[in-house]
Amino acid sequence: MALLEASNVVAGYGETEVLHGVSIKLNAGQVVTIIGPNGCGKSTLMKAIVGLVRVRSGSVHFRGVDISGHDPEWIVRSGLCYVPQSDNVFPSMTIRENLEMGAFVRRDDYQSRIDEMFELFPDLRRSARRKAGTLSGGQRQMLAIARALMLDPVLLLLDEPSAGLAPALVEGVFNRIKDINSAGVSILLVEQNAKESLRMSDRGYVLSGGVNQLQDTGPALLDNPEVGRVYLGG
Amino acid sequence: MNSVSSQPQNLTWPSGRFLRRFGVGMSPGRISALLAAGLLILGFLPFTKLGLVVNGLILGSVIALGAIGLTLVYGILKLGNFAHGDYMALGAYIAFFIVDGVLPRVGIEGAGLGPFTFGFPVLIALPLTALAVALGAIALDALIYRRLRDRAASTAILMMASLGVAIAIRGLVQLIWSGETQHYPRESRQVYHLPMDVRIPPDGLFVAVLAVVLVSAVYALLTYTKIGKAMRATSDNPTLALVSGINTRQVVRWTWGIGGALAAVAGVLLAVVQAQLLPIMGWKFLIPLFAAVILGGIGSPYGALIGALVVGVSMELSTQWINPSYKPAVAFAIMIGVLLARPRGIFGDAA
Repeated sequence: MALLEASNVVAGYGETEVLHGVSIKLNAGQVVTIIGPNGCGKSTLMKAIVGLVRVRSGSVHFRGVDISGHDPEWIVRSGLCYVPQSDNVFPSMTIRENLEMGAFVRRDDYQSRIDEMFELFPDLRRSARRKAGTLSGGQRQMLAIARALMLDPVLLLLDEPSAGLAPALVEGVFNRIKDINSAGVSILLVEQNAKESLRMSDRGYVLSGGVNQLQDTGPALLDNPEVGRVYLGG
Repeated sequence: MNSVSSQPQNLTWPSGRFLRRFGVGMSPGRISALLAAGLLILGFLPFTKLGLVVNGLILGSVIALGAIGLTLVYGILKLGNFAHGDYMALGAYIAFFIVDGVLPRVGIEGAGLGPFTFGFPVLIALPLTALAVALGAIALDALIYRRLRDRAASTAILMMASLGVAIAIRGLVQLIWSGETQHYPRESRQVYHLPMDVRIPPDGLFVAVLAVVLVSAVYALLTYTKIGKAMRATSDNPTLALVSGINTRQVVRWTWGIGGALAAVAGVLLAVVQAQLLPIMGWKFLIPLFAAVILGGIGSPYGALIGALVVGVSMELSTQWINPSYKPAVAFAIMIGVLLARPRGIFGDAA
C-alpha cells in the first residue's frame, strides 16, 4: 500500500483553480520528486496535502487514511511534516526556540531530538541562541528542515529546498536530504533543480498546467529527451 | 556558552547582555530612533518640573498595560483593536460594580487603605475584573472576530468590526451606569514630598509598581513558557505556526485573555489615578495607546512598554505650556511624527 496517495486532487485559491485533478503516489521509504514549470501547481499540491489549501475534490490518503479536509494541526500530528519554500523559520526566535516550536505537539522530553538535529546540522548547534532572522540562507534552510523533523515524521514534504542557495550549498542540502531518507523518512520533493533531485529519486512526476504530464522513475525521467529539453536545459 | 562570542559575525552594534535578553539587537537606525525619543524628553527637562516627569511615568505605566495588550493582539491577529480603550473602561466599571454594588452587601467596604486613597475592595476587585474582561474578550472573539477570520476578512473589515464593538461597549456602559461621573470610594491622602519639588501620590506608586510586576509577568510568559513562545511564533509566521502543529485557536484565546486582563487592570488604575470614571474614558485613551504601540513598533511588546513611557512623559510635560485638555493631541502628534519619520517604530521589524 502506498504511504501517500493523492488522487485527482482539485484545489486552488478563491476563484482560481490551480490543480485540475493531479494524482501522485509515494511508497514508504521512497524519495519522490515533482518538477514542472512555474505556476504548474507544484507548491499548491504540497499545500493541499498538508491542509493549508482546501482540497475541492479528489482525495489524499496518508497511511491509508483520507486526510483531505483535516486542518494542518491534525495532519502534522499524523506524521507528515512540511517545509515551505520561503518564510520557513520564525525569524525573531532563536534556533533552539524554532526547534521547540517544531516539537510543539510533543508531550515527551524532546531534548534528545534537538541533539540529533544538532548532530545532523552541526552549524545550528554553534549558533543555537542566534535569531533565525540573522542566519544565512543556507543555515536558514537547514533550520527549516530541522524544525520539520522535530516530530519524527514518517513523511517530509520539502518545497524547493535548494531555491536561492549558492551552488556550493545546494549539494550540502541534497546530501542532508539523502541522510534523512536513509534514516527511514520518506520524502516528497518539489524542485527546480531537476537534475540533482531526479538523480536521487525513486520516482518523478512532471506537472504542467495543473495536471499530470509525465511520470517515471527518477533516472528514467532524467534520460527522457522531452524532460531534458524542457527542464534540464538540453 | 560560546554563543555570545559568536555575535561579531552578524552586523549589529554591541548592545550588552541586558538588551539582548530583551530580544533586541541595536542597529544604527534603532539607536538613532531611541536617541530621538530620549532627546524629545531630555531636551525639555531643564525647562520643566521633575514632578511632571513623575506624573508622566505614572501615566505611562497605565498606557503600557493597555498598549502591550493592543500590540499583542495586533501581532498575532493582525487586528488594530479600536475597542481596546473600551475594554479598559469596561474593566473600570466592572470594578466599580464589584466595589460599589457587590462587596458592600457582604460587609466589605472602605477606602483609604494605608497611604492609598482607595480601599481594600479595589484590591479584591482587580483580579476579578481582570478575569471578567479576559473572558469577555475571548467571548467577543468567538462571537465576532473568529467568524470574520474564517471568512478571510481583510484587516480593514476587522478594524471596522472592532470599532463597532467599541461603540457597543461604550453604549452598554452608559446604559448600565449612566453617563454621570462616578468614582471608587476614596479618602484623600497626603502625597510624598521629595527634593526638587517632586510630589508623588501614593496611588501613583501603587500604579507604577503593579505595572512593573504585570509587565514583567508578561515578559516571562512570552520568553519562557510554551504558550508564550507559541504566541511569538504565531506573531512571527502564522502559516508556519499552523504547519508546526501549534494550536492557533489556543494561542488566540491566550492573546485575548492577556490583552483583556491587562486592559481591565489599566482601566481600574486609570480610574484610580484620575479619581473618576466616565464611559468615554477608554475611548479617549485610545490615541495614547496607539501612539505608544506605533512608537515602539507595532507587534513588539517591549517596544510598547518604552513607547508608553515616552508618550506618558511627553503628555505630562506638555501641560507646562499647553492646556491639559490637549494632552491626547500630544500623543497624536507623536503618532503622526513616528508614522512620517520611522513607520516601523523603535523596535519594529523592517517589514
